[in-house]
Amino acid sequence: MRAENRIHAMPSPLTPLPTNLRSVPGEGTIALFLFVALLCSPAAGSIVEAIDQVQPKIVKIYGAGGFHGLEKYQSGILISSEGHILTAQSHVLDTDELTAVLADGRKFEAKLLGADPRLEVAVLKIDAAGLPHFDLGKAVKLDAGALVLAFSNLFGVAQGNEPASVQKGTISVVTRLEARRGVYETPYRGPIYVLDVTTNNPGAAGGALVTRQGELAGMLGKELRNSLNNTWLNYALPIEELRQSVDEIRAGKFVAREPESGRKPERSLDLPSRGIVLIPDVLERTPPYVDHVQPGSVADQAGIRPDDLILLLGDRLVPSCKALASDLEYVDREDQIKLTVLRGQELIEFSLHATKEKPQ
Amino acid sequence: MRKSIHEGKRVELMKSACLAIAILTMIAATARTEPGPAILSAESQRVEVIGKVKACVLAVFAPNGQGGGSGVVISPDGYALSNFHVVLPCGKAMQCGMADGRIYDAVVVGIDPTGDVALIKLFGRDNFPCAALGDSDQLHAGDWVFAMGNPFLLATDLQPTVTYGIVSGVHRYQFPAGTLLEYTDCLQVDASINPGNSGGPLFDAQGRLVGINGRASFEKRGRVNVGAAYAISINQIKNFLGTLHGGRIVDHATLGAQVGTDTDGRVVVTDILETSDAYRRGLRYDDEIISFGGRPISTPNGFKNVLGIFPKGWRVPLSYRREGKRHDILVRLAGLHSEEELLAKATGRPAAEPMPLPKPGEGPKSAPHGGKPRGNRPAPLPRPAAKPLARRDVPLPEIVKKHFEDKRGYANYYFNALEQQRVWKAWAAAMNPDTAKGAWTLSGRLPQGGEFRFQLTHDGASLKLPVGETKWTAEGQLGASLLPDHSGGLLPALYLWRRLATEGLGRFGQVDYYGTAPLAGHEGLVDVLAAAHRDVQCRFYFDPVEGDLLALEMFPDEDADPCEIYFSEYGKLANRFWPGRIEVRYDDELFAAFEMTEGRVEK
Repeated sequence: MRAENRIHAMPSPLTPLPTNLRSVPGEGTIALFLFVALLCSPAAGSIVEAIDQVQPKIVKIYGAGGFHGLEKYQSGILISSEGHILTAQSHVLDTDELTAVLADGRKFEAKLLGADPRLEVAVLKIDAAGLPHFDLGKAVKLDAGALVLAFSNLFGVAQGNEPASVQKGTISVVTRLEARRGVYETPYRGPIYVLDVTTNNPGAAGGALVTRQGELAGMLGKELRNSLNNTWLNYALPIEELRQSVDEIRAGKFVAREPESGRKPERSLDLPSRGIVLIPDVLERTPPYVDHVQPGSVADQAGIRPDDLILLLGDRLVPSCKALASDLEYVDREDQIKLTVLRGQELIEFSLHATKEKPQ
Repeated sequence: MRKSIHEGKRVELMKSACLAIAILTMIAATARTEPGPAILSAESQRVEVIGKVKACVLAVFAPNGQGGGSGVVISPDGYALSNFHVVLPCGKAMQCGMADGRIYDAVVVGIDPTGDVALIKLFGRDNFPCAALGDSDQLHAGDWVFAMGNPFLLATDLQPTVTYGIVSGVHRYQFPAGTLLEYTDCLQVDASINPGNSGGPLFDAQGRLVGINGRASFEKRGRVNVGAAYAISINQIKNFLGTLHGGRIVDHATLGAQVGTDTDGRVVVTDILETSDAYRRGLRYDDEIISFGGRPISTPNGFKNVLGIFPKGWRVPLSYRREGKRHDILVRLAGLHSEEELLAKATGRPAAEPMPLPKPGEGPKSAPHGGKPRGNRPAPLPRPAAKPLARRDVPLPEIVKKHFEDKRGYANYYFNALEQQRVWKAWAAAMNPDTAKGAWTLSGRLPQGGEFRFQLTHDGASLKLPVGETKWTAEGQLGASLLPDHSGGLLPALYLWRRLATEGLGRFGQVDYYGTAPLAGHEGLVDVLAAAHRDVQCRFYFDPVEGDLLALEMFPDEDADPCEIYFSEYGKLANRFWPGRIEVRYDDELFAAFEMTEGRVEK
């Protein structure tokens, strides 16, 4: 009996059922699509094919972290042939030494092109060409009940050319996080796909949510814990909610200013002149937290408070005290500035005029 | 008028729209109540497969009530697989519930503390329902799989729980957590694997056993599945199954060399022991590893994956490149642990304890942001808490007592003795050792011309060649004179061959069943006896079907190359089977081949 168990080569187990379905984005067809998708769900062969199509577009991202239980890795999605990568904005990106590893194991230095703090979405760029990628314009919109696959490098399981992890699930509901304000630690208030499978694990943020035919539908979000009942939310951000931000980042908005671009004014603005004192800049990338607000100053009158984290100067991302200081060199002392700050989980915008002008 | 026409049209449009919606709704409604044939057939197939394989799934209970887990039967006579960490708290015996509602006594057979596998044997039937072993190397991400077992020890009626999912990744490498729990080349699945599932089967969609569920990525969310679980691949277990059947505490392997990636991304040797077989076979620092164990190597993880699936002592092909030239070698893998280290692991002493896990709802002690304790390394599934009805120190059932023998280095030596007898009987049937007690004379021709004659007696051996005669006497240290020169010790090795035949297992010296291993020139795995006599160690390789001795290796020293003798072309001369060809190799070179035409035993 034992000898029989020793060496057997089994034939390949699966015979794919014929499916050449494409989901049709658009109202009215979704119900029909769902019905057809349900019909075809046992076709594991098609899942394997979809997985093979999607895997080359998934990126492993390595950056800051690795201490205090903060992972130093996350996931990303290739969105252009020349190396634009969609991912979640997180602490992992808080470094100048970002690495992106493609599915074939190729390793690239990645640059943070920009990030939209309202959606916690970021775009990285690597120097490459001819890459397989998702076209965000062709991303599909899904409804509750849609069968999906989630791709990510959760727990950092995969390394080098090892493929990302795949999980199967269903969209439980499409809803907004807005109603749960204060419960989840995120500034995002838009609609989300809530999933019935544990997709949002350490390292999974930035992964892809696709249909079982391999069409991109969403990006896995950062881990969110419900502060009321200590449960964790499994969700993805619909691509259509991110598309505009991604386009804006690629067009130059939410982008940290390139050094030596533009012209410096004769007299640059400094924050103390508007009543803001930042925390001491002691790290390579100290987050620009407000340490102190001068009583009676413009900032004080506008409502800026200590512990506010400055995220945007105008439309530009300011990921560190240094970045903020260097950006301010290009702002005239007399100009009005717009600051977007994070207070708790609220994003608040302030306009600060020059000190000499009196408020009207 | 015009207005009313428009209105009429609008009404028409609305009517047809309503009709369309009604039809769609009907279709949808019909679809819901009566799924298509594809769904129904997939469903009934699934139900049928699960209904069939559930009969071989075990709920494992420690007799003292100290937890439990799952398992799966793999042979009709009751051999079953589980996890080492499930069997460890059971000690020698455990009880196994099956879907037939009965509870069977079982005994531990062999354990693999490094690979987290245990082989046990159930008693009470000779026709146990058993799982067919699949081929885990054929799995792809996306393939449907299902896990069965006893999560949270729910199966009080002994009916296993089934959870369905897909393969999330294959050939996964999981770093060791603590000191021992490295999972190499494992399967990652999104089927729910929870505490209690440990040791249970992972089946493919056709119901073939493809893995043993053993661990999951547990995180700050408590000790429940978070969508990433890992199963030991059945192909790895197949490699260890022979050694496990031998009642051993089996050891994993090391190459005696470290690998890493260089700046060009090549996998290269970063350190190598000069005492290792790999070094003697020619592998050096900075050589690029191209393939190992038949798999191309592109990452250090890939290398560790291959290393993890082989038991200590196997010879495995390795290809490396140096200065553009490819070298193909066969490397003998050394043990990963010292005997003491392995015994410490087998008894689960503190050095071998898995890392402690956060309890459900337990917050981190020092981590910021509301809860990320420790790293993300997967931990073995913790054993569910003990049931109150059980009590400690339950006496061993009689049937277990009869099938257990304690011996240092073994989980259960009873099964080693059993395997020794099996191998010996098969060989004895061909060799007829009872009538082989006298001196042996083997003669024939050399392929290059000329005649040879071996004489093997109870106190020595000699070889007569056209160029002269070499005599060797078995006195003192056998490894001291390895005659003839450059053979590695052909005469002492042949002397030991005769000695095994004439003295038998009992009087040869220390003989144990090693397990199964690959043998150059032979397909599949063969049975191996490990034997020691005075100062030398031997390995005897036997055909698992015919029982013939296929090869003999004699090691004069632990870190020295053996004299390798390959026996083939067996034919019947007088009343016993003799090899028609004896090939002798030493240090990667062919020493000589002998074509035997006559074999004679003196009365």
